[in-house]
Amino acid sequence: MWNAWKLLATWLTYGVLVLAAGAAMLLGKADAVLVERLRVQVADVVAPILESVSRPVDRAADVVASSRRLVDLVEENSALRQEREHLLQWQAVAQRLEAENAQLRDLLKLVAEPEARFVAARVVADPGGAYAHSLLVNTGRRDGVEKGQIVLTGEGLVGRIAASANRVSRVLLISDLNSRVPVAVGEGRARAILAGDNSVYPRLIHLDPDETIAAGDQVVTSGITDAFPPGLPVGTVVSVQHGDVRVAPFVKQSRVEFVRVVDHRLPALIDDFLAGRTETPILPQLQLPAAANAQLSASAPAEAQAEGTAAPPSVVPLPVPRPGDRIRP
Amino acid sequence: MKRSFWHRLDLLARHVVPVSLAFALVLLSTVPLRVPLLNLVFPALALVSIYYWTLYRPDLMPPAAAFAIGLADDVLSGAPFGVNALVFVLIHAAVNTQRGFFLGKSFAIVWLGFALLAGAAFTIAWLAVSAFYGLLVNGTGALLQAGTTIGCLPLIWRLLVQCHLRIVGQA
Repeated sequence: MWNAWKLLATWLTYGVLVLAAGAAMLLGKADAVLVERLRVQVADVVAPILESVSRPVDRAADVVASSRRLVDLVEENSALRQEREHLLQWQAVAQRLEAENAQLRDLLKLVAEPEARFVAARVVADPGGAYAHSLLVNTGRRDGVEKGQIVLTGEGLVGRIAASANRVSRVLLISDLNSRVPVAVGEGRARAILAGDNSVYPRLIHLDPDETIAAGDQVVTSGITDAFPPGLPVGTVVSVQHGDVRVAPFVKQSRVEFVRVVDHRLPALIDDFLAGRTETPILPQLQLPAAANAQLSASAPAEAQAEGTAAPPSVVPLPVPRPGDRIRP
Repeated sequence: MKRSFWHRLDLLARHVVPVSLAFALVLLSTVPLRVPLLNLVFPALALVSIYYWTLYRPDLMPPAAAFAIGLADDVLSGAPFGVNALVFVLIHAAVNTQRGFFLGKSFAIVWLGFALLAGAAFTIAWLAVSAFYGLLVNGTGALLQAGTTIGCLPLIWRLLVQCHLRIVGQA
């Protein structure tokens, strides 16, 4: 008799737990914001543990990487020399275009890109998993990081902040199923949406069928919505098969160690402008690392614009981010 | 025989090892490994842990603990909330009912049993995630993860057996 009761209790427990799991899924569907907040709050609590465990792993990975580099040093050196020659030519082109750009902007009285503020952060967790592509970074609300801000490395776009707690934030990668990024593809700047599907190569959707897209085309953000500023490098098209266009992101998830969380503050700027706090919504010098090849990345300082003279072109070397750095332009 | 306070405390500490170990494994699977794609197909260590302890010390791995470990995994991994909780509870129920069959069998049988259960676990998870998003999600990652989890079983098993014999002790 006792055993029968025990068995019944066990199955009842399983039943209740399965129902609870179902309820949790429904809750996640009904109130995604609440669940997202719960995720980062928990991450905030375990962040110190994750950080202390991830540091030695990073150090070991660095040692392996540097010893591997030592082996290929001579080869790499000559490759870098060649690349440098090539890049110097491009630098000259970039400087000429920058100067020309500044003059044309001045002629058109074009409104400059808003000021960007960014915080450098270290990746403390890469949960991987088959059903979500996200990262945890060790910066949060105390550093001014909020949901929706964009995350970059020197190579290109990583993703967006999905939620932030006090010390940590969760980054939704562009390859995640929930990620949608408005992009421009190739020289024709064909408009499309880069949609993650939890595979390594996200897909281009809503692409005009008349556009000709080929493997090797560059994909940059189009800036169609306020969510992303235009011109951030995203990746290159790797395959075009029967309307299924796949993109290889420039940023490889496993290689990301440090990121920049960028607040491009468009809404705040407009609020300020409307409230009369700023006379003109022009703010100087957008220095996004990844926007270096964007068409309209650098702008003249406000005073120079007011006087109608263009600022001399300059190539600003970007500082290497360290954990906890707060870099403001 | 009445046990002393310290003895009871020692026993309690040993008895919470299985569940705390599973939580630690959940946390460990999120550490960035800096090896291309490894984080994406990293074995589901918590699943192995639940399988092992439900088989050999079910008194120390109650169903509610499997649920909590799954929920922790969902929260940290970013997977739809509740999916792993559901899968871990179902796996716990399956192992618990089949304990009599597995106990005393060779490791090969236990491994085969795990392969079947892990296959079921990843299929259920894939179906649950697909139902959650209302579309058939890409299952390649899940398939690879199931493969690495089944393949790595002997390695993790060895560690769990050592932990069982040296720290937790027999029932």
